[in-house]
Amino acid sequence: MVESHDIVKPIIGLEIHVELATATKMFCRCRNHFGDPPNTNVCPVCIGMPGVLPVMNRVAVELSMKVGLALNCTVPDFTKWDRKSYYYPDLPKNYQISQYDLPLNVDGHIEVPLADGSIKKVRILRAHLEEDAGKNVHDNPAHTGVDLNRAGVPLLEIVSQPDMNSPEEAGAYGRAMQRLVRWLGASEANMQMGHMRFEPNINLHITRGGVTYKTPIVEVKNLNSFRSLEGAVAYEINRQYSEWLGNPDYTLDKCGKQNRGWDDVRLQTVFQREKEEAHDYRYFPEPDLVPVLVDAEWRERLRGQIVELPLARRARYMGEYGLTFKEADALTQDAPTGDLLDAAVAAGADAKRCTNLLLGRGAAIANERGCSIAEVGLSAGQLTDLAKMTDAGEINATAAAKLFDKLAAEGGSPRELAQAEGLLAVRDESALAAWVEEAVSANAQAADDARSEDPKKRKKAFGFLMGQVMQRSKGAAAPAAVQKLLQEKLGL
Amino acid sequence: MSHNVLDLSALELREAVASGELTAGEAVEAYLDAIERREPHLRAYNEVLADEARAQADQVDAQRRDGLPMGPLAGVPVALKDNLCTPFGHTTCSSKMLADFRAPYTATAVAKLRQAGAVILGKTNLDEFAMGSSTENSGFAPTCNPWDPKRVPGGSSGGSAAAVAARTCAAALGSDTGGSIRQPAAFCGVVGLKPTYGRVSRFGLVAYGSSLDQIGPLGRDVADAALLADVISGYDPKDSTSIDRPVGDFLAGLDRPVHNLRVGWPGEFFSDALDGEIRSAIEKARDLYKELGATIVDVSLPHSRIDTDAAGNLSSYAVACYYIVAMAEASSNLARYDGVHYGHRTDRPCDDILDLYSRSRAEGLGEEVKRRIMLGTYTLSAGYYDAYYHKALKVRRLIKNDFDRAFEQCDVLLCPTTPTTAFALGEKTADPLTMYLADIYTISVNLAGLPGLSLPAGVSAAGLPIGMQLIGPVFREDLLLRAGRMFEKASGISRLAPPMVQ
Repeated sequence: MVESHDIVKPIIGLEIHVELATATKMFCRCRNHFGDPPNTNVCPVCIGMPGVLPVMNRVAVELSMKVGLALNCTVPDFTKWDRKSYYYPDLPKNYQISQYDLPLNVDGHIEVPLADGSIKKVRILRAHLEEDAGKNVHDNPAHTGVDLNRAGVPLLEIVSQPDMNSPEEAGAYGRAMQRLVRWLGASEANMQMGHMRFEPNINLHITRGGVTYKTPIVEVKNLNSFRSLEGAVAYEINRQYSEWLGNPDYTLDKCGKQNRGWDDVRLQTVFQREKEEAHDYRYFPEPDLVPVLVDAEWRERLRGQIVELPLARRARYMGEYGLTFKEADALTQDAPTGDLLDAAVAAGADAKRCTNLLLGRGAAIANERGCSIAEVGLSAGQLTDLAKMTDAGEINATAAAKLFDKLAAEGGSPRELAQAEGLLAVRDESALAAWVEEAVSANAQAADDARSEDPKKRKKAFGFLMGQVMQRSKGAAAPAAVQKLLQEKLGL
Repeated sequence: MSHNVLDLSALELREAVASGELTAGEAVEAYLDAIERREPHLRAYNEVLADEARAQADQVDAQRRDGLPMGPLAGVPVALKDNLCTPFGHTTCSSKMLADFRAPYTATAVAKLRQAGAVILGKTNLDEFAMGSSTENSGFAPTCNPWDPKRVPGGSSGGSAAAVAARTCAAALGSDTGGSIRQPAAFCGVVGLKPTYGRVSRFGLVAYGSSLDQIGPLGRDVADAALLADVISGYDPKDSTSIDRPVGDFLAGLDRPVHNLRVGWPGEFFSDALDGEIRSAIEKARDLYKELGATIVDVSLPHSRIDTDAAGNLSSYAVACYYIVAMAEASSNLARYDGVHYGHRTDRPCDDILDLYSRSRAEGLGEEVKRRIMLGTYTLSAGYYDAYYHKALKVRRLIKNDFDRAFEQCDVLLCPTTPTTAFALGEKTADPLTMYLADIYTISVNLAGLPGLSLPAGVSAAGLPIGMQLIGPVFREDLLLRAGRMFEKASGISRLAPPMVQ
């Protein structure tokens, strides 16, 4: 639909709200837990009763600082709390404790891996901490209920610069952020539980005849899946361009900023009635809390707790372990999976062998269960044993796969399980020799072909005979030993 | 017996109960009897908690019978300003909005009183949400001044001050945001202490201006103020703005005079605005300090200066600054009273949630509260923030700097508490600005976070008490109380009894 002479450049920024995985809420001791019956995790502080006071959750501050430091942000020496005022039934105090002009983290960046293997650097404007609101519940036509379990849950708002230029980049940025906050243990970042919510800002820079026109910046509110994020951005790009084509006054200068919502059924953004007056949150410093003073010692202690981040680990796996990009990328989707690999390698297992196990049966089971590879349940010790036994020829690849499934389902010791299941490779010469003898005499043509001058024919026939022996051993024969005996038998 | 009991100070009453001379039960009955006789003329209490008080007194008496250790306030009947949350009775803030509100938690200061053995007699009247200087802004009824029932007791802790003066409690707690303990203490002839900001936990004090609010005691003499201050002070993990620092033993050191006391005399506070009788009472106090060996030092507080224009109208940076800061915070603190979760909700059918908010607030909140919410909302609005709130914060800093400089030259400041003695009921209700000026000498102390003590300096020709104010550096309540005690002892002006109790 782009007219041939127009150059259309989408400009996309993203606000991401991340609920932190703390045990308790931001300013009281109530449980921070999704899915409990309405209004069970509440107290006078988080329901805003008269005379009560907030007390800062230090763990939430530390998790936020860790995310900020991992995003290469500056964590200033002085940061403070502010009140943001608006009236809404799910906001019991009718103000939200947030951070306005002096946030906890400023000026960072994240390296976002794109599908083509390249890296996109997205700048971070700020990441500040605030309390979440409750939820209005519309499950009864007669009235609206208010559930305040979520009111006061710590919420980290990460604001990017408008550095993304396509729906795919916005999605990749969102996924990189999800991986990062999980990696740091800052959030479960479960979309279904509302742990992560997106608000993209989108407009277009359209160049026509050497002049650049800017469409109004549209903020799409409250998206809670990657699908809706990418869908809303893609929809807006098309919609804004069409609107501009039909109306030359559809520009940032003339229309300013606009808010739209997302219709998840019709898959389109919808106009939201503008308020008569601009939103005025009347921010001012929160007098019930003292400023947070961050010294170098505290900052560096937290920096020291930040483990190797995904992209650094991916590069190390390619360099140190000799994994392919695809393998390294697959193993760095979450921290525990890579931790498992690293622990097995440290215990003497071969990295490539472990990788094959993890990305073979591991990935398959994970996919079936909808969990991460680490969550399949194999310990580093089990993985190490499995890899070492395979490399030593004690079990073959088929047996290793079978054992992997058994271990994932029932646990136990790989070696004992292999014995019990009769999966240890047979290396007894007389048994192997008997199977070789049988296979050769039952397949005379193949035996002849295996000695042929034609290398292609020879290779195919030998492979066939190998298979015949393995079949007779019900998969238990040690392949290396079979190969050796078969070569001797055929006089090769 | 009952007459004698009412004459005892809190300290004396504690000693009498501890020694067995008097039971807590007898003390509480004497006070409940006094309340019954005097309340119709006073209306100092919103709620008298007779059953609770008797049960608490019984507990104290049982403790004594069992030989258990007695707290420093064991058996002392105390009244609480009705903006302090109690798990028994109501906590109304004298607002229709919270007329039926019962707090499921206890203010830390109240918990400390109870732990010390105090008996809570009831909850006292105030200007709605502590916004006012006369108690006439109460959503229920105004309180009368025990010295003259046609006059106001001051405010906002007017109920507490009136009850202490009228001997319908042995001592009381109030809260002070711009003078709300000291001004009514002056009007009623009692002693009132506004502690350093952060000295007493604000947990359970219904917020008005959070960066200014402090809970403090009202008593008949300086020793009683010291006794209660000892009990309620201290760090509280539930209040992040409370300060973790050792609490001085105010009472134990009280009778030790301050050697080489340097009394600062802020010239700015003695302008034409000041009532002549009050001026001469404070000058007499100054002369008495001189006789006691103190040095008088002239100091300057330029940003707390009080100006009078050609028409005789007063103005002050401190008052302007105070009302911007306090109203801004109030507009936010009171946003929660919206009829959704608790408190008054309109009975009338509503179109939508906004309508529910508006009607509930319009019905539940009084005129002065609405005025302050509107002004506070205005000063915080986009485009006005810098001109008002931000500028007020700068002025606040300048006011604080003035005090810091003054305390390089002196130990305490001596000045009036109020520009006039108690005014007549209804005299200032039509003009809120005039009412605001009743706090002209007390306001800058809150802005600077300092401790301030008001104590009686005499009685006017019209028979109304005159208050003098001592202001100290942060966390030097001990100095204030000792200096106050020096004056009280030397002047003999102490435990003033209004005509109604004589």
